[in-house]
Order: sequence, then C-alpha cells, then structure tokens
Amino acid sequence: MDMVAGKVKMTQQSVNSTMNPIDALERPIRLTARDVTVHYGAKQALHGISIDIPDRAVTSFIGPSGCGKSTFLRCINRMNDTIEGAKVGGTIKLDGDDIYDPNLDVVELRARIGMVFQKPNPFPKSIYENVAYGPKIHGLARSKTDMDEIVVSSLRKAGLFEEVKDRLNEPGTGLSGGQQQRLCIARAIAVGPEVILMDEPCSALDPIATAIIEELIDELRENYTIVIVTHSMQQAARVSQRTAFFHLGNLIEEGVTEDIFTNPEHKQTQDYIMGRIG
Amino acid sequence: MTATVSITHQTSLERTKLIRASLTRRNLSEKIFRGLGLTAVVLALGFVALLFIDVGRKGIPAFVQSNLHLSVTFDPAIVGGEVPPVQVAGQSDADFQAANLKWQRSVAMLNWNKVIEASLRTLVPAGIEISSKDLLTIAETDARHEVRERFVADHSLLGKTVDIDVLASANAANWIKGNIDRSLPDNQQQLSAPTRAVIDSMVANGAISNGFSWSILTNVDSRSAPASAGLLGAFVGTLYMMLIVIVLAVPIGVASAIYLEEFAPKSRLTDFIEVNINNLAAVPSIVFGLLGAAAFINYMHLPISAPIVGGLVLTLMTLPTIIIATRGALLGVSPALRQAALGMGASKTQMVFHHVLPVTFPSILTATILGVAHALGETAPLLLIGMKAFVASVPATPFDQATALPVQIYLWQGNENRNFFEPRTAAAIIVLLLVMICLNGVAIYLRSRLEKRA
Repeated sequence: MDMVAGKVKMTQQSVNSTMNPIDALERPIRLTARDVTVHYGAKQALHGISIDIPDRAVTSFIGPSGCGKSTFLRCINRMNDTIEGAKVGGTIKLDGDDIYDPNLDVVELRARIGMVFQKPNPFPKSIYENVAYGPKIHGLARSKTDMDEIVVSSLRKAGLFEEVKDRLNEPGTGLSGGQQQRLCIARAIAVGPEVILMDEPCSALDPIATAIIEELIDELRENYTIVIVTHSMQQAARVSQRTAFFHLGNLIEEGVTEDIFTNPEHKQTQDYIMGRIG
Repeated sequence: MTATVSITHQTSLERTKLIRASLTRRNLSEKIFRGLGLTAVVLALGFVALLFIDVGRKGIPAFVQSNLHLSVTFDPAIVGGEVPPVQVAGQSDADFQAANLKWQRSVAMLNWNKVIEASLRTLVPAGIEISSKDLLTIAETDARHEVRERFVADHSLLGKTVDIDVLASANAANWIKGNIDRSLPDNQQQLSAPTRAVIDSMVANGAISNGFSWSILTNVDSRSAPASAGLLGAFVGTLYMMLIVIVLAVPIGVASAIYLEEFAPKSRLTDFIEVNINNLAAVPSIVFGLLGAAAFINYMHLPISAPIVGGLVLTLMTLPTIIIATRGALLGVSPALRQAALGMGASKTQMVFHHVLPVTFPSILTATILGVAHALGETAPLLLIGMKAFVASVPATPFDQATALPVQIYLWQGNENRNFFEPRTAAAIIVLLLVMICLNGVAIYLRSRLEKRA
C-alpha cells in the first residue's frame, strides 16, 4: 500500500447500541478526490469535489435529489465510463494510485471497488452462481472446493447463508427484496474488494429489511471501506462515521457525522437537515 | 349564485352528474373501439379459415393415390433379347461396368408398354372391346419404368409372373375419386367409354385400390406423369437453403447486431449503417434475386438454379430482419443487469456473453426462426436465379440443380394440365404450410421452454 495522505477524525457512534463502537478516533485515508468534475454533454453535474474517505469506516453522502451524490459515487469505480457523453475531470486516488490513469484496467479497479445498487439486481441465475460469478471471472478460485468456500463465506458475511443454505441452486431473483440486496452485497464481497460503494441500497426495501442491511453495513466496516449514498438522514446518522452533504453539484461540507447533524457549519446543511430543502 | 357554476362552487351532486355524463361518452368510445377490434380479428380469422378450408378441400384428395395391382409376366417373346453380362475371370471392373450399362440400355429399348398392356388385358372383363392405346391410359406413364427396374434388378424374373403395384394414371384416379362428372357425354370425357368401364370393373374386383399417396412425398417432379409427380426434389432444395440460411444468416446477423448495439461507437458511420440496415429490410425480395443473379452467378460463377445461390440470396434477405430483431431484443435488456455485471468487474464482452445474451436468447431465437421461415416461403428471388427450372432429380449437394417448395407450387400452378394445377398445387401448398407450421412450432416451443428456465 502506498503512503496514505493523512488521517481523518472519527467519533464513536451511540445511535445504535448493537453496533460495534469504533476503536480508534483516527483512521488513515483510503480514497482521495481532488477537484472532481463531471459533465453530461454540455451540462455540468459536479463542480470540483474534493474529499478524503477514511479506511474501514462508513462515509455517507447525503443531499437532495439531483445534487450529484450518486454521480460522484459512480466516479469512484468509473461506472460513469459506461454512460454515453459523460466526461470526468480532476483526480481520484485509491491508496495514492490515480484510478483514471489510462494504464489502469477498469476491470481490475472494479474488482477492488465493489458496488451495490439502488434496486437489488441479482443476475437471473442461481444464488450460488450469483456469488461465484465475480471470483470466476477474476480467476480467484483454484478449485471447486475453493469456490464453495468463497460462496459460503461471502453469504455468511452478508448474513444470508442461514436463510438460503438449502436452496443455493434456486434463482437469486426468487428471494425477497431485502434478501436480494444482501445477495448483491455477498456478490460484491466475494471478489474481496477493499472498498464497497452503495448507492441508496435500502431505498427499495421495507423498514425491517432496511434495519438488517444497516446492521450488516456496520459489521462490514470492520473489514471494508464503505461509501454509502442515502436519501435518509436517519440512515446516514445511524450507519456512518463521516457524512458529506452535497447540493447542486457542490460538496457543501463534510465531516464527522455527529458534527454534521448537530452542529453544521453551513446554513444550507442546516436547512437540509431541518427539512427545509428537499 | 349565478347560472354558470365555477368548479369550486360545484356541489358534489353536480360533479357526480358531470362525471356520469363524461363516463357515458368514454364508455361509448371504448365500446366502438372494442367492436372494431373484434371485427378485425374475426375478419382476419375468417379469411385464414377460408384459406385453410379451400386449400384443404382441394389438396387433401391429392394425398390419395389409386394403386393398380398388376400381375406382370416377363414374356421372353417381348423381353427375351440379350442376357445380362457376367463378370468373367480376367475382365476388369470397368469393362464389366461398360458391358452391364450396354445391357441396361438394351433393356430400356424393349417395349415395356407391351408387357403392361398384356398384364392389363388379363383384367379386362369379357364383352368389352378396348384398344391397346386406351388400355394403356389406365396406368400412369411411369409404370413402365417401375416394371423395367424390377427386371434390371433381377434378370431371373424372365418368363415368370410377379405382382407389381403401379400408379393408376391421373385421369383414371380422377374418374375413380369422382372428380369428373360421370354424366358428361363421351366427347367431353378425358377417357374413352370402354376405358371407363374397365376402370370401374377393376375397382370392383380390387385390381385398383386407393391409399395414402407416399409418392407425392417420395417422388421427384415429373412433367409426363401427373399422378407420380412429387415434392422430394423441391423439399430437399428447400432444406439445403434452410441450412445455408441458418449457418450464414444467424451467426452473421446476431454478431452484427451485438457489435452495433453493444460495441460500436455512436458515430455518423454507425448511424448511416443503421439507417441502411433498416432500409434493406424494406427492399422488395425480387431485388435481392437480381442482386443474387448479378453477384453470385454472373460475377462469382456459382451454378445457376442451385440451392447454394438460393441460400445466399435468402441469407442476404434475412440478415436485416435478424439484425433488427436482435438489436431490439438487446435494447430491451434492463440497464440494471448491465450495471450489475460491469460493477462486478466484468468486461464488456463478458457482460454481453454471460448476462445480456442468455436473457435475450429466447427472443433472438424466435425472431431468427420466423425470419428463416419467412425466407423459405419466398418465391420471387428464386425465380431470378433460375430455380424455376424443371428438375426431375433430388439434389445431392447444394451445388446441384434444384427447385424449392414455393417455386414448385408456382410451377405446378402454371402447368396447363389440370391434373397438375388442380390437386398438386394445393397439395404442395399443404406441405409448405406444414413445414412453416413446424418451424413456427419449434420457435414457440423453444421460447416457452427457455423462458420457463430463465
């Protein structure tokens, strides 16, 4: 790993008592974004975003619809590459390596930075195949036993194994919405990523499924750097250690979650949190 | 309150009244639309039913053939002549073959009609005077080939009497089936009065019986013997063309569609290509025939009236259809699936082949089969590359001369002999429709099976 650019301050979470308290107050920086801009054709969607994202913690992006939070998230694993007419400027570094380096293979990048989408989107294949797909295309399993192990441990980490262990060969699309989303998380974990991006992972789920996913996110942060985009301020407050507030393509402010929610520096942040912009 | 009411001052009763009034209008227009739709469907189904009834009524009798059971005596006085050669020691194979061919030619020159006439004569009941010429009109003209081939195959039959089934002539068969008005005067009948009497007595004593006409499926076309003209040559020609279209059009079409839809950069060039493909789909099929004649026959010197050229022309004709259908299917795949694959770090090729294609496979398959079926029903382009020639053989390879089922229908329909254009045409249409129904059935079956699995 390259030299990290610095350390980021953290606070302990006290919102949900079942969640593990974070042990250290300072974390090394994993992702560094400097002056990131995105244009969709003539329209500018992001105006120079600069942010540091800490290792093995949850960073949440909040803000009203169309504020650019999802656009910025999709810059981090270069999913914007797939959109016709999208142009990304500025630099984003993962452990000091520029992810927009022309010599960097986007396939390798996406193996290191996994993604979970807004709507659960399991492949129309069996549960087993869903989880095994990533390791298979990246050549991570040397044998069938290896693969079985990866699948089982990924499903376990996603908290889904007990529910599906008897029907691994049934289609993943037959699961409930919350289970499907956990399957998508298991699928992302199976590749062994360092960073997991989540784009409003609970917006299509009911409150119970949402609570399960949130608990899972809290467990996962022990091993993974997580960036989550959310519409729900309560969710940001519950699961994240750091929060960034976006508005109209600008990063208005970011910092320790508790500070953002209790003592924001900017009036716009205050207004949004109070429900005055929406 | 004034007479005019503004919305805000309407009572709920007034609103209900207004809604009811508009409801009547809406319900009426819905009823009219439904009625029109139903009428259209009933009309369409009515015409399809009419077509099937008409074709069935005319064509199904053609699947019944009248078999003539003859006791043929290989009279040495007529067929004695030369004896077949026997390979002697020291004679080369080639020499023996030449001698054998010479013998077969001499056998072909024998008067086999005389043998058949003698056999028929034994079935003429006492008291009927019938000339040799009239008597021979009972058997189909290819009967002598059948009798001759028996003899060539087994020369020991000389002097013996064997039972041989031959086809009754088309005229005789029509008389037996009652297709000809029996009350017509002699001068309007195809068959002479004694011939008709002999035929009736043969039917009565079992010398002629009706059975399923395998000959229409197993024989090749014939011009002189309507009762024995069959579809095998045309069927095999169509089969070769189908194979060529499937082997060429399907991979090329699907691959082009995948490239254009998934990989090609959006540029003026790809726009131009797209417009052209859409236009090609609308080009009249006969133009493709001209193209085939010019490109494949005049320029590339491929054989004329061969299934290979027909298959290539139909491939060109089907390509746009397959490309458009495949692109449509690819376009319909949800972006979520593509994102899921790309987000996992799949390359574009892996995304297409692991996720997009399996999902679209059923619709691509259906579109392809329908495209192929449509191509096989085409007649016009085949006429221009010479596939309307009379071919009385089964093509051994796609490079041999052949015709195709729809062209065979065209040829029979254009024949001046009513024994061809009446029942044979309809029978050929039935066979062609059955082939189409089979192809469409396969498409429906595969689609439902694959969709269930997905």
